[in-house]
Amino acid sequence: MEPVAIVGVGMTEVKRERAADTVADLVFEACTKALADSGMGIDDIDIVLTGSNDFFDGRTISSMAVMDACGSYDKNVSTVEGDGTFGAAHAVMRVLAGWGTCLYCVHHKGSESVMPLITNAMFDPLYERFLGIEAVTASALQARAYMDRYGVTEQQCAAVSVKNHGNARLNPVAQMPLEITVDDVMASPYLADPIKLLDCGPISDGASAVVIASADRAKDVSGRPVWVKGIGYSCDAFHLGDRDLSKVDALQAAAKKAYGDAGITDPSGQVDLAEVNDAFSYMELMSLEGLGFCERGGAGALTESGATALGGKLPVNASGGCISSNPVLVTGLNSIIECVLQVRGDAGDHQVEGVGTAVAQGVNGPCGQSQCVWVLGGDA
Amino acid sequence: MADDKKRMYLAIESGESAQPFRWSAGTYGSKFLTEIRDNKKFWGIKCPECGRVYVPIRSVCGPCYREMTELVPVSDEGTLITFSVVSFGFVDPSTGLQRPVPYGYAVIQLDGADSYLIHFIDETDPEKMKAGMRVRAVFEEDGKRTGSMMDIKHFELIRE
Ligand SMILES: [Zn+2]
Repeated sequence: MEPVAIVGVGMTEVKRERAADTVADLVFEACTKALADSGMGIDDIDIVLTGSNDFFDGRTISSMAVMDACGSYDKNVSTVEGDGTFGAAHAVMRVLAGWGTCLYCVHHKGSESVMPLITNAMFDPLYERFLGIEAVTASALQARAYMDRYGVTEQQCAAVSVKNHGNARLNPVAQMPLEITVDDVMASPYLADPIKLLDCGPISDGASAVVIASADRAKDVSGRPVWVKGIGYSCDAFHLGDRDLSKVDALQAAAKKAYGDAGITDPSGQVDLAEVNDAFSYMELMSLEGLGFCERGGAGALTESGATALGGKLPVNASGGCISSNPVLVTGLNSIIECVLQVRGDAGDHQVEGVGTAVAQGVNGPCGQSQCVWVLGGDA
Repeated sequence: MADDKKRMYLAIESGESAQPFRWSAGTYGSKFLTEIRDNKKFWGIKCPECGRVYVPIRSVCGPCYREMTELVPVSDEGTLITFSVVSFGFVDPSTGLQRPVPYGYAVIQLDGADSYLIHFIDETDPEKMKAGMRVRAVFEEDGKRTGSMMDIKHFELIRE
């Protein structure tokens, strides 16, 4: 694809409840940081794109409520409902269309609503919603289907939680830095078996923003541009009952497209770092398999071998992941931002040495219905 | 609320106001739910291209993007595909009341169907369930069924 770069990134600190900040305050903080990082002012921005979810915000066309905070006056404005990886892909398309430089921001305040009621509302009101099924319980069904099929153990899932909460201790914006053991995770109470409390991402508040520019504009910015090497997305069936929940077909299709763009034929050999969806610990394992870093069913053993730890061959979720900071929708953009910081060498205490190529993954819908994969790199 | 008064940062409550909806079941959804209500019978619908039988019935096969019209009867017995025992308290969205825990969820493949149905299962010990077990629908009593998925009380394990 034509070269497009991320030239500025901004993240708020993620916390359980940011009572001092409205959603607009969070967006303003993230956008201000992203603009400062790029060395641009709001007058250098041509396109503004926002991301949010009306149900989480409790207002219709929630994205419009933050338009002042993201400097959208007199600009080409649009909104994308859904995870930040998908919204950022739309931002890339606008830049590729030749409409100028784009500021994209996404926000989430999980503290303002009742999470199970909101996630229950994503299910079909005729056939599924009455069950009370929501994000945790639907994921429990998927976890069981996946673990049964491949013989993955609860301890292997727990190892993901231990690793990522440990990485979060090195990330100043992460919400839940924890020094825990596999035994601690195993001893935490079951919410919906096989998922336990410490297998789950928290409820979070936060916002993030990026500035995306064409190659022409990117050469004038102060920071080091990080290039979009490939993007792919793919969607599976809506009804959970129409899917084999142990499969990762949509992710494999999205990865194939993104890797094709980026010229990646051997993910394990060519990718230096990955930020993947781990809102529940088992999801990181399914994500690693869907992204082709190991065989189906092999990610548990890969994790236990230490290969995905900070010092391992393929560090995964060096940021601490969604299991440590879980502002829904923002999480995908945070995965992209972590890849940008790692490629630039700006990740601070959790910097991995020599990251040339990084992969970010985001999901929308129950049990990873829709998947988006990004490949980012240091060279145009 | 008392705590809120002491807080430095205020919040505005939405209160108890509801946002009611009335979702159409459509032609096929009405047929599916009416047959459960009146005859305790499940129906599926068959794709003319791939032959998959979908439950509940709907008009489009997603993968083939073909319209489906052929209704086929499906059993009220089937196979347990996967399950979870829920232990955390959760307010039931349809009643507003806290549902007693623990309770079981199951993904079920009815005999004659290719897609799965999700419903409650009357077992709360995960050690006693295993994928592949046989299950059967337990319906609400005659006269109490209203034309919703709640006309199925739950599924039960068929214990030989
Ligand atoms: Zn078909």
